[in-house]
Amino acid sequence: MLNIKKLHKSYPIGDSSLHVLKGIDLSVENGEMVAIMGSSGSGKSTLLNIIGMLDEADEGEYILDGVPIKNLTEKKAAIYRNKFLGFIFQSFNLINYKNALDNVALPLYYQGIKRQERQEKALFHLEKVGLKAWAHHLPNELSGGQKQRVAIARALAANPKLLLADEPTGALDTKTSYEIMDFIQHLNDEGKTILIVTHEEDIAHMCKRIVRLKDGVIMEDEKVEQVRASQYV
Amino acid sequence: MFDRDLWREIFQSINMNRTRSVLSGFTVAFAILLFTILFGIANGLNNTFAEAFADDANNSIFIQSGTTTKAHKGYQAGRQIQFKNKDYDYIKEEYGDKVQYITSRLYLNVNASFRNEKNTYNVRAVHPDHQYLENTKMKEGRYINQLDLDNRSKVVVIGRLVEEDLFLKTTALGKYLSLNGLQYKIVGIFTDDGGDNEERLIYMPISTAQRVYGNNDYIDQINLTYNPEMNYDKAIAFSNSLTKDLKDRFDVASSDQRAIRVRNLANESKTVNQMTFGLGVIIIVIGFGTLIAGVVGVSNIMIFIVKERTKEIGIRKALGASPKSIISIILMESILITAIAGYVGLLIGMGVLEFIGPSLETYFIKDPSVSTTLVIGATITLIIAGGIAGYLPAKKASQIKPIVALRDD
Repeated sequence: MLNIKKLHKSYPIGDSSLHVLKGIDLSVENGEMVAIMGSSGSGKSTLLNIIGMLDEADEGEYILDGVPIKNLTEKKAAIYRNKFLGFIFQSFNLINYKNALDNVALPLYYQGIKRQERQEKALFHLEKVGLKAWAHHLPNELSGGQKQRVAIARALAANPKLLLADEPTGALDTKTSYEIMDFIQHLNDEGKTILIVTHEEDIAHMCKRIVRLKDGVIMEDEKVEQVRASQYV
Repeated sequence: MFDRDLWREIFQSINMNRTRSVLSGFTVAFAILLFTILFGIANGLNNTFAEAFADDANNSIFIQSGTTTKAHKGYQAGRQIQFKNKDYDYIKEEYGDKVQYITSRLYLNVNASFRNEKNTYNVRAVHPDHQYLENTKMKEGRYINQLDLDNRSKVVVIGRLVEEDLFLKTTALGKYLSLNGLQYKIVGIFTDDGGDNEERLIYMPISTAQRVYGNNDYIDQINLTYNPEMNYDKAIAFSNSLTKDLKDRFDVASSDQRAIRVRNLANESKTVNQMTFGLGVIIIVIGFGTLIAGVVGVSNIMIFIVKERTKEIGIRKALGASPKSIISIILMESILITAIAGYVGLLIGMGVLEFIGPSLETYFIKDPSVSTTLVIGATITLIIAGGIAGYLPAKKASQIKPIVALRDD
């Protein structure tokens, strides 16, 4: 599904440069649920951005679903992001003047799907996250957990191969966090490949594999016994 | 461009930034409003000039005679200069290629009567070309023709108001009108844009008038139009050489301004045209200046909007929006704001012109309005202006990196 070899990335800071990723090797199989952990500055978000094609590596190889991701034009990157990836962010990143339904339908709009079909699909995904009744509410009328569920529905709408979550529970209280994790676990059960960046141990242990980053290198990569979030809900 | 969803997106975003959009449109609306009103007023001035000359062909030259003011070649001052038929023939022969239409004129004042209705009228005895020189339009019948001249026929062409005065409700054509006791057959009735006085005239063949009222070959005035292919400068040169020739012919001092007077409308047309042109240039400069200010205003606000929407644009890009779709959203929004605001300005401007137009006639501004051509031109200009205004912001928006936009602050 995902294959990364000797990935390097540095950012210029004034005259010198900051070497953030120092040769990352990572491969993720279909249906895996991987937590990427590390303290701030460990490079975990940079890694996720490169995987998400929001940023490009300086060196190394990145193959996503058999497609080498290299020297992408903006247009191509947009198409790949739309086709391969679903994003879930810490701060939800919903468009605040669009209602839940339109937010979920947005990736479908960029796929060129007709409005009628878009609305139907978006409603289906909203129903899946249990927010069908809230379809016509604006984001500021929803709670944090509801917003994140809309964001998940949006990430799912385009039927991506890989779901990328950057601190998905970072802005939520513990109870809501577990609800969201429960939901993400169900998606994984259904076969979605999921990558989660987090710095919370409990969240990481709800995944099936934990990759620990420190100072731009992988310190540890272990399979773990998945803790089901449902028991806390 | 005709994607309904794209329009939906644009309207949604304009709606979100309603106040700002209205404000940014305001400058454009104001620019167009100003432009429309100025343009309308200039048009009004033009109309006034056009009307002043509507009566006559504007390539006319009028030649009149008077008394000499200077002694010359042995003649004393105070001599009366009298044009005769041979002078008319001379001009026609000498300047045949430069003259389009030419006519002599003899003025008479007559008592006209038909049955019990009587009135006095001015008569112009003329050549057939006079019809074109004076823009006389035939309502019924025909104008004086060459045959009338050759036969010295007793025929007249009367103005619409003469018919109204003397023939009341009946038709005058073919009837006989008594002028100073002589019977003339009415062969035509004319109308003229020059006003009521022009329509209270009677035309008759000049040869008839010369025979009946003096038995001589005197002419009061010669009118002609120069060949319209000549430009103003050539026309002025032509009338200058004509003046010189006539002065030599009558032994008049070249500095004598009264004995022979040649008035060339080209002189006046040239002045008017230059003035109108100057006015037009000033208006276009002012109009474009304000429009540019408006475009800069829209552009500024669009840049601000893009900056404010950085995060949203980042989200869209993360969800798969191509740079093209981001550019088209910003560009179309800019064009829409500019075009709508511009049209509002145009409509208000046209409304103002419509409203204050009639009260401006005292200031030589008649019927100020803007043409359809201008409206179409304005539409194209506005779309281009909106495109220019949106270009920079759109480019800026397309260069937004989602990773920067989505960074949590």
